[in-house]
Amino acid sequence: MIETKHLCAGYGKHTVLHDISMAFPTGQVTVLLGPNGCGKSTLVKAVLGLLPDRTGDVLFDGVSMDHLSVRQIAQKAAYMAQARSIPSITARRMVLHGRFPYLGYPRRYRPEDREIARRALAWADAEELADRPMAELSGGQRQKVYLAMALAQDTETVFMDEPTTYLDVRHQIEVMTVSRRLADMGRAVVLVLHDLSLALREADQLAVLEEGVLRQVGSAEEIFVSGVLDRVFGVAVKRVRTDRGWQYYYE
Amino acid sequence: MKNWRTSSIPQHKTGTTASVLVGLVLLAALLNLCLGAETIPPGTVGRVLTGGENGTVAFRIIQYVRLPRACACLLTGAALAASGTIIQGVLSNALAAPSTIGVNAGAGLMVAVCCAVAPSAVTLVPYAALLGGFLGVSLVLFIAERTGASKITLVLAGVAVSSIFSAGIDAVITFAPDALNGYSDFRIGGFSGVSMSKIAPAVWPIALSFAAALSLHNEMDILMLGTEQAQSLGVSAKKLRLLVLMLAAVMAGAAVSISGLIGFVGLIVPHIMRRLVGEESGPLLVTSALGGAALLGFCDLLARMLFAPFELPVGIVMALVGGPFFIWLLQRRGHS
Repeated sequence: MIETKHLCAGYGKHTVLHDISMAFPTGQVTVLLGPNGCGKSTLVKAVLGLLPDRTGDVLFDGVSMDHLSVRQIAQKAAYMAQARSIPSITARRMVLHGRFPYLGYPRRYRPEDREIARRALAWADAEELADRPMAELSGGQRQKVYLAMALAQDTETVFMDEPTTYLDVRHQIEVMTVSRRLADMGRAVVLVLHDLSLALREADQLAVLEEGVLRQVGSAEEIFVSGVLDRVFGVAVKRVRTDRGWQYYYE
Repeated sequence: MKNWRTSSIPQHKTGTTASVLVGLVLLAALLNLCLGAETIPPGTVGRVLTGGENGTVAFRIIQYVRLPRACACLLTGAALAASGTIIQGVLSNALAAPSTIGVNAGAGLMVAVCCAVAPSAVTLVPYAALLGGFLGVSLVLFIAERTGASKITLVLAGVAVSSIFSAGIDAVITFAPDALNGYSDFRIGGFSGVSMSKIAPAVWPIALSFAAALSLHNEMDILMLGTEQAQSLGVSAKKLRLLVLMLAAVMAGAAVSISGLIGFVGLIVPHIMRRLVGEESGPLLVTSALGGAALLGFCDLLARMLFAPFELPVGIVMALVGGPFFIWLLQRRGHS
């Protein structure tokens, strides 16, 4: 499990995150919520060691990230970045690169890596895209391939930064379904989302950030009842009970 | 998504493309050995290359003039094109090439300095060149990062640094007019008068850098995904980028030590090959090297034959081919 301890991070002299202490439990979908610029993506990057300017600590199964190499961190946490370059390599090749953290010398992918990549493509429902160049795929299709790459990386924790942005409703639901399946497989899934309704409905744990400060961590029920979302977003979050449980909306 | 990268990869074409390119390289080599002021039949060329025809005119022409020149063409073309492929890939910049981001000019300056200071130390020239190449790209990256690191600032920084280095070359030639006597066309690039003794010291740096770059093809693919994504896959992106740029600078620098400042090879060949074989670094690097060798081989043949018995520096032919291609590239980017 990944935990942060009094984590402060930012860019150069500008500190974005202040004293963040929280855990990302396995078997759960954790959603990071907060207004634009509150530090959600920065938190993900800081946890993954992508930001050099950091104080406090991040523990991977109790081991400080300061004692882990880039490769060791990559074996523990996968990351689907928000902004992505789209190289014109095939989806199969792309997913195969998910196995890179496990490559030894001479850096060649082994048959078992290719088999894991094939299974990841199938799992992400992207097998038919395998031989197509990434540049030719739609946003939703690329998302599936990136997801397959994260699966091929075979890590305990998967971070996805705004995975539903630019996706239509059907693809948004697919992303959430896959996240749930991953959590059910015992992975920790961490999502950065903007959609409050989706987050409250799907998350096991929500973390609400405001101006780089962690305001509250808890279940959807705890977060809703506390009214923290109303204060942070300046809206009135409401809910109605339906056959499928609580449905959330805001005014 | 429309960007500078190719939008489609013709599948299963890499092998065919590589085979055709190998054929073109061999053809260019053969034509370079056969054609010139004195036409030598392929059979005679074959006998000379296998140790026959000793002491004949054909032997002397091939051994001392055409063979060194053909080797120089192919080696330089391969090195510059491979260097350009690496630079464009790791910087994700279509306009980046050894000639546009200060590598060639840096190498050129150091070649001039080395020739002026230690004219007899021929074996040191390629090492001075690769040092200059690396100095050039480091300076350009430093300036570009300080001023915004956009793709255009990188090229503009390259133009500025190249201008400064060019002025440095002029200054060296002013104070030591004989410094570059071994290079008939250093400023524009050419192979007139090239000898095996000039080529030999550059072979190992080019071959070893190319092999090292090829062994890092998976890492280079991952670098194309962006710094953060690469690091999340276990690649130390900044260190790796610096390492492969150093390898690219070594290749381009060593090439400059043979040919002088030939432009455009490292710019246009990677673009053409990307359209043919896609962006996977391994196949792209190999086909680019072959394509660069073939292109420069045929361009040098053209340079020698076009106005025979007069000879153009091959850099002029490359500029006439590469200039319009560069403009086309800019227009294409403008439209997209």
